[in-house]
Amino acid sequence: MRMPSGRTLLLIVGVGAAAAGFLAAGLLTTIFERKQEARNPYVRLVEVNEETTDPAPWGTNWPREYEAYRRTNDTTRTRFGGSEALPEEKSARDPWLLRMFAGYAFALDYRDRRGHAYMLSDQEATRRVNERPQPGSCLHCHGSVIPTYRRLGGGDVFKGFELMTKMTYWEAHGEVVKTGSSNPVAGGTTQQFAHADGAHPVACLDCHDPKSMALRVTRPGFFRGIQALASSQAPVPHLPSIERWRTGDHKEPYDPNRDASRQEMRSFVCGQCHVEYYCGPKTTLFFPWDRGLKVEEIEAHYDGYTFPDGHRFYDWTHAETGAEVLKAQHPEFELWSQGIHARSGVACADCHMPYKREGAAKVSDHWVRSPLLNVARSCQACHPYPEAELLARAQAIQERTHGLLERAASSLTDMLDAVAARRKAGATAGQLAAALELQRKAQWRLDFVAAENSMGFHAPAETARILAESIDYSRQGQLAAGLAAVAQGPAESAKPANH
Amino acid sequence: MMGSGGRGFSLGFLVAVVVGLAAGVGAFTFRYGEGVSYFSTDPRACANCHIMNDEYASWTKGPHHAAARCVDCHLPHAFVPKYLAKADNGYRHSKGFTFLDFHEPIQITPGNARILQHNCERCHEDFVHDIVRGGDRGGEASQCVHCHRGAGHGARG
Repeated sequence: MRMPSGRTLLLIVGVGAAAAGFLAAGLLTTIFERKQEARNPYVRLVEVNEETTDPAPWGTNWPREYEAYRRTNDTTRTRFGGSEALPEEKSARDPWLLRMFAGYAFALDYRDRRGHAYMLSDQEATRRVNERPQPGSCLHCHGSVIPTYRRLGGGDVFKGFELMTKMTYWEAHGEVVKTGSSNPVAGGTTQQFAHADGAHPVACLDCHDPKSMALRVTRPGFFRGIQALASSQAPVPHLPSIERWRTGDHKEPYDPNRDASRQEMRSFVCGQCHVEYYCGPKTTLFFPWDRGLKVEEIEAHYDGYTFPDGHRFYDWTHAETGAEVLKAQHPEFELWSQGIHARSGVACADCHMPYKREGAAKVSDHWVRSPLLNVARSCQACHPYPEAELLARAQAIQERTHGLLERAASSLTDMLDAVAARRKAGATAGQLAAALELQRKAQWRLDFVAAENSMGFHAPAETARILAESIDYSRQGQLAAGLAAVAQGPAESAKPANH
Repeated sequence: MMGSGGRGFSLGFLVAVVVGLAAGVGAFTFRYGEGVSYFSTDPRACANCHIMNDEYASWTKGPHHAAARCVDCHLPHAFVPKYLAKADNGYRHSKGFTFLDFHEPIQITPGNARILQHNCERCHEDFVHDIVRGGDRGGEASQCVHCHRGAGHGARG
C-alpha cells in the first residue's frame, strides 16, 4: 500500500520539477533577451552616407526608429489639428481666414497639417504651388534637399542653397529628383535613380550624421538664423549654449553642431523648419531672428528690413484694404521659446518624440505627432497625474486660446469691414495710412497664433498676450477708419463703421 | 522484491535527475538573473532589469544620492516588513518585466507611496512634525513628494 503512494509522490515531484525547470528555462531565455536588448546593439548592414536621402536603407540598420518614422503617414486627429486623407480646408471651418488672406495664395488652399510622410507630396499637390508661381526655397524644408544643395554648389551647401532660391519651385523640384538618393544596396551612385527614388520628404539624413548617428542640423536657413540670434542681445535663457557663446571672444560664429548640448539639439533639429521665415522670391530665404524670437521682435526685424528693390518688407498687398501685410508661417520654435517647458529644459522631442521601451531597449519614438495622442509617455514622465486630468488641462488651455482667437478674428474682420467701407467711399491711402499700419500689426499677431500648431499650448500666457494685442490693434484700426471717415467729411461719414 | 525495488529505484533515479536538472537550471537562472544582488542594498541592483535605468541615473545626480539609497526610501526599515515589501515588489517587478504588462512610465503603488512617505518622515521628522501632524496616513494627507518631486530622482530632479 505504501509503494504506490510513494511512486505517486515521486511522479508528482518529478512532473513538478520538470514544470519548474521548464519555467526557469523560459525565464532564463527572457532575461537573456532583455540583457541583449539593453546593449542596444545595431548592425550596420548597409552603408549609408551623406547622399542617402532615401530612409529605407537607414531603416535596415535602425529598424526600430524607421518603423515608427513610417507611421507618420497614419491618420491622426486632435481637437485642433488633423491628418485625414485630404484634410479639410481650414478656411471652410474658419471663413475669416479668407478675409485675412484676401489677395494671397493662402486664400486658394489652406488645409490642416498632416504627418511628415506627406510634407512633399502635399506640397506637390497644393493649389498654392500649382496655380501661383512659387520659389525653389520651399524645398528647403519640404524635401530632403541637402545633397542637391551640395551638388548645385559644387560642394558648397550654402552656395547651392542660394542658387536654388532663385529657381522656380518646379525647376528646383526637378533638381532634387535629379540628385536622387545614393542606394547602398544597389551599390549605385546619385543621379541614376528614377523619380520614385529621387525626392524624399524629411529623412534620417536631415537630423542625423550618417557616420555617428549623432544629432546635427543641416538647413542653411537655420544656421544663419541661429547665428543672427546668437549675435543679438535677446535673452535666451532656454538656450544655454548661446548664452555661453556670448560670453566668449566671438572669434568663431556660433555653431549649433559644435556648441549646442544634446538636449538643445533635440529642439534645434525641429527648429530647422518649424519656425517663422521669409521664403522668397524677392530675396533668399531667411529666419527673422536678428532681434530675438518674440512676435514683436520678429515684426521689428521685418519693419526694418528693405528688399533689394528698395521697398520695405511685406508678404503681400491685402486685396480688400491695400495694406502691405505679413504672413506668419508656423512659429512653433519661437512660441515654444516663450513657454515654461522650454524654460524648464524640455525639448521638442521630449513630448513629440518621447522615449519608449521596446523590450529593454530605450528608443525615441520617431512617429512624430501630437503629445495629446500619447499622453502617458509624453507627459507622465514628468507629471505623475492621471491621463484624463493631463489631457483636460491641455485642452483647457487650447479651448481658452481658441476662444481668444475667435474674438481676435472677429475684431479683425470688423476692422477690414470698416477700412474697406472707407476705401469704397473714396478715402485716400493717406487718410487710411494709420488704419492700414494697425491692420498689419493686428493681422501679424493673429496669424502668428493661428498658424502656430499648438493652439496656445507651447506658451499659454504669451499666446494670450499676443491675441490681446491683436484685438487691441484691430479695434484701434477700426477707430482709425472711423477717423478717416471724419477726415473725408460729413457726407461720407454718415454711415458708421460696423459695430 | 528485487524487481519492484528496481522499478522504484529507476523511477526514483529519474525523478532525482529531473529534480536535479530543474534545480540546476533554477540555480543558474538565479545567478544569471543576479538574484543574490537583491539581498544587498546596492542601488545598482534596482536597475538590474533596465526599467529603473532613468531613476538610477537621475538619483546619482540628485540631491539625495549622498544621503539615501533606493532601499532607504522605498522599503520599511524593520526586518519583517522590509522582507515582505521586498517579496511583494520583487514578485510584481519580475512579473511586470517578464510579461511587459505594466503601465509606462512606471508609477508607484499606493502601498509603496505610504512606505515612501513614512521614510521621508523618518529622517525629517523634527522638521516636518507640525506639517504632517495628525494625518500622514489618510488619503487626504499631502505627500512630501507632491511638491519635492525631484528630491530622490526624476526627469527634472
